[in-house]
Amino acid sequence: MLILNCPYCGVDADETELAPGGQAHLKRETVGSQDADFEAYLFARDNPRGVHFERWRHAYGCGKWFLAARDTMTLEVFGTYSAQTLKPPKAIENVIRKKRPDWKGWT
Amino acid sequence: MSTRLNSGGHLLNRSCVVNFTFNGKKMQGYEGDTLASALLANGQTLVGRSFKYHRPRGIMASGVEEPNALVNLGAQGRFEPNQRVTTTELFPGLEATSQNHWPSLELDVGVLNNYVSRFLPAGFYYKTFMAPRVAWKHVFEPIIRKSAGLGKAPKDRDADRYEHFYAHVDILVVGGGLAGLQAGLTAGAAGAKVLLVEQTANWGGRAPVDGVSVDGDPAETWVKKTLQALDKMPNVTLRTRCMGSGVYDHGYALAYEGIGDHQPEKKMVRHRLWRIRAKQIITATGALERPLSFAGNDIPGVMLASAVRDYVDGYGVSVGDRTVVVTNNDDAYRTVISLKEAGLDVPLVLDVRSEATGPLAEKARELGVRIETGKAISRVIGSKKVTGVETCSQAGEGAVLEAIPCDVVAMSGGWSPVVHLWSHCGGKLDWDETQFHFRPDPNRPPTGADGAGFVRVAGTANGFMATADVLKDAHATGKTAAKITGYVSSRTTPPKSDAEPTQAMAPVWIMPQGAGIRKRAKMWLDFQNDVKVSDVQLAAREGFESVEHTKRYTTLGMATDQGKLSNINGLAVLSDALNTEIPKVGTTTFRPPYTPISIGSIGGEARGDLFQPVQQTPISDWQVENSAYFEPVGHWRRPYCFQQAGESVEDAVNREVLNTRNALGLLDASTLGKIVVKGPDAGKFLDMLYTNMMSNLAVGKCRYGLMCSENGFLSDDGVVARIDENTWLCHTTTGGADRIHGWMEDWLQCEWWDWRVYTANVTEQFAQVAVVGPNARKLLEKLGGMDVSAETLPFMQWADGKIGGFETRVFRISFSGELSYEIAVPAGQGRAFWDLLVDAGAEYGVMPYGTEALHVLRAEKGFIMIGDETDGTVIPQDLGLNWALSKKKSDYLGKRAQVRSFMANPDRWKLVGLETLDGSVIPDGAYVVGEGLNDNAQAITIGRVTSTYFSPTLKRGIAMGLVLHGPDRMGEVIGIPTIDGTGTVIKARIVDQVFYDKTGEKQNV
Repeated sequence: MLILNCPYCGVDADETELAPGGQAHLKRETVGSQDADFEAYLFARDNPRGVHFERWRHAYGCGKWFLAARDTMTLEVFGTYSAQTLKPPKAIENVIRKKRPDWKGWT
Repeated sequence: MSTRLNSGGHLLNRSCVVNFTFNGKKMQGYEGDTLASALLANGQTLVGRSFKYHRPRGIMASGVEEPNALVNLGAQGRFEPNQRVTTTELFPGLEATSQNHWPSLELDVGVLNNYVSRFLPAGFYYKTFMAPRVAWKHVFEPIIRKSAGLGKAPKDRDADRYEHFYAHVDILVVGGGLAGLQAGLTAGAAGAKVLLVEQTANWGGRAPVDGVSVDGDPAETWVKKTLQALDKMPNVTLRTRCMGSGVYDHGYALAYEGIGDHQPEKKMVRHRLWRIRAKQIITATGALERPLSFAGNDIPGVMLASAVRDYVDGYGVSVGDRTVVVTNNDDAYRTVISLKEAGLDVPLVLDVRSEATGPLAEKARELGVRIETGKAISRVIGSKKVTGVETCSQAGEGAVLEAIPCDVVAMSGGWSPVVHLWSHCGGKLDWDETQFHFRPDPNRPPTGADGAGFVRVAGTANGFMATADVLKDAHATGKTAAKITGYVSSRTTPPKSDAEPTQAMAPVWIMPQGAGIRKRAKMWLDFQNDVKVSDVQLAAREGFESVEHTKRYTTLGMATDQGKLSNINGLAVLSDALNTEIPKVGTTTFRPPYTPISIGSIGGEARGDLFQPVQQTPISDWQVENSAYFEPVGHWRRPYCFQQAGESVEDAVNREVLNTRNALGLLDASTLGKIVVKGPDAGKFLDMLYTNMMSNLAVGKCRYGLMCSENGFLSDDGVVARIDENTWLCHTTTGGADRIHGWMEDWLQCEWWDWRVYTANVTEQFAQVAVVGPNARKLLEKLGGMDVSAETLPFMQWADGKIGGFETRVFRISFSGELSYEIAVPAGQGRAFWDLLVDAGAEYGVMPYGTEALHVLRAEKGFIMIGDETDGTVIPQDLGLNWALSKKKSDYLGKRAQVRSFMANPDRWKLVGLETLDGSVIPDGAYVVGEGLNDNAQAITIGRVTSTYFSPTLKRGIAMGLVLHGPDRMGEVIGIPTIDGTGTVIKARIVDQVFYDKTGEKQNV
């Protein structure tokens, strides 16, 4: 059972307080999108062994959505950050690069 | 025969006799006994039958690894099958019965399987699947069903209580042997908050029985002193009978504490599940002895060498007068010495090694014991109990050298560290080339949120076999864990102990080395699931080379003991058959719990009334007082109907429908979701959320709206009211309030975070009552206050005002097709307002109605219900709701998905009404079938029934359903088979789904 720090209320929250929301930083495809792009938006998700960016909601706490960068294999958490961003903050990227030198970077 | 000795047994309190029964037979034991030691003390060596072959089985071990001796305990609400006698503490009045046999333990018909065992090889189940279909149906399935299952499931409701307990500590230490105590002591002395748990009732682990000394004292003395020191530390919590069950992500661990089991007279909570967060976890879980594989190694009387001395030293029980010891290592000589010191006979020790020169072996020789090196057991003689062994050379094929009469065989195949907890959360193992076991690899630990290891292993569990090494390792581990959690250990050194030099063990797993198939087919690996050496070898020959495949094919290690006893032996046999090394074969995955835990403990307090919170409306008490028949809706409890004296549920529903249509009905609609959406961008936001336009809704008006997921599927519906320029009130379905509020927040926080919108879920802030029927206006006018006339407050509008003195908000909306006012008042006034309506409405024939009448009323009008007409695969177009899909808006959630090819397919099933030709009611969940059969000779389905009711208004069955090309087939008659097995096919005509008041005259007055 993971513990993630909610960047809004500052609580180290047990997973039982949180609701998972899948992969972070998806770009919404909509009217006008090609079929393939829209299909990928609906269904195609990364499933990496290693660095991953996820959406979580502090559902039984402050109610806010936030994002987390963590390693799916080692369960190491590189950091949590605001959901109001289009890509991981530089500081989080730096932490990951330091700890995972072979990380290919966020795309 | 096994019996109680006159002396010995440091775990016993001989002054306290305990009476119990086994298979109805009265027996006696002492306080401190386990059921296993007490049964042996009473000469009961046969305690069960094996799972597959029903072979007679006795007690093999003395702890959690016991595979054979499983019994039924208790009766009625306290009946529990498959309880290990070795971990069951004796208490007065304990009732145990043996299981897995018929008609009796001594005479079991199922043992016939034993004689046809060559027809039940590895993968027997899977092989039956390949037989002709008819054989499976009529031969194998009935046989397997009859014989499947170990023990019998309890029939009564569990009479006991269980609880959860939360603990946050710096360090959790699992295991109360020397290593656990020393690690706990070091960490505790440094100041860390420590929880130390031991699965048995006694501290010290194996040390007291193994006769080791610490700091010059016997181990018992050191254990006692250490416990006293730990007891004085306020930062240390000690728990016995508390098993470390599992280690999970980020330092989460479960421990399972037995509280009531051994003292039922106190009527306490039975089990407590500890939910622990620890910064560091130290597993000091010791090791388990492995059996050896020789022909007949499952006959009652063949036991682990360590268990034999546990019973002698710990419980003063002789498991037999004459014990032959067979071993590949030094440790078994401790048993030899224990037996000799207790005055029991050890006629022979068979040591497969070429020489036995360790100090323990020398001591055994000094005691006059005959030791034969390089020798092994050819076979065990006996059926329901051991009567002797035939010896042979380990090197040969088993030619008999001599026959030795005996009643016990004590075997030792070496020791395997208990690495379960280390492995649960991803800790990796190394193969130890000298001790021939897997031990934790400290470089690959389970990692926590910071990326560093959070589990450490101490003592024997870490692969250290000598006491001095164990204590040194435990001290160092305790120190490291304390340091990581922020506490500096004072510079004490670990206690001293003897080096205990030993001669290396020999990696011998089966004996003799060249045993033929007849012998290998009698060598058990997994005793509980009846898996033999020959089965694993067959699996390897049939191509199951992966250890995980072999496990599933043979069921090796899949029983309730999860292979604790002989997984390594199984791996060794498999690696030999594959001609590869053991570490290359690898292990199967260790999963929690370490030993089985009760389902009750997992549930904890969450049962009965406490299973989940029940949401109740302010009017709930009135409903209870007025004989409401409740049903759960989401977390709510809603009245299904209100039965009057002498009425059936159906009668009540019909009366409520007719009364609402003809006079006046009241519905408690408080459960409907109410979400306020406010802000300069609220209109824009709702235009994205709903399929239709909400931004252009005039203040004071209401509009029905649909919400879809990004997949285009219908997700929720409800009426939206525009409150003021910046404020909308969205009604959701009863079950959808929290979900839809969460959905709104998701989009606002994660996608459109620059839109200025605020949402609030005010569902429980208001009580809402639907006043429905031709007399609705008369009642409100009688109560007086605001103007509720058709001119001032027409259909699909709302207004604030007073009614009967209450501040209300009145919505002219209708889910019944009748003249209807849904009136919201502050929750605290809901009951008073309801009482007023009931009293004042008497002269207009007012009656409350429940959810079933609501359903019938809406179905008569052809209104859809989320969850009936929709199931997560239905789009608005399927339901003929195209009118609610805005063509003006460039985008809304689901819009893009609804033009995907599958969604636009003209062959999607579409909503129609269904009218049975004979007026009967179609069963719930029925399917519509077409002509002909598909490739599998099954009927072709062309639709399904989504709602079906008896309509008291029309006095006939009505239904809605999704049917292939339905709207184009009006008037056609289709077939709907019933699902009662009679083969009846109901004929129904496809009609318009609005059965009643098609023009809407009744609601718009």
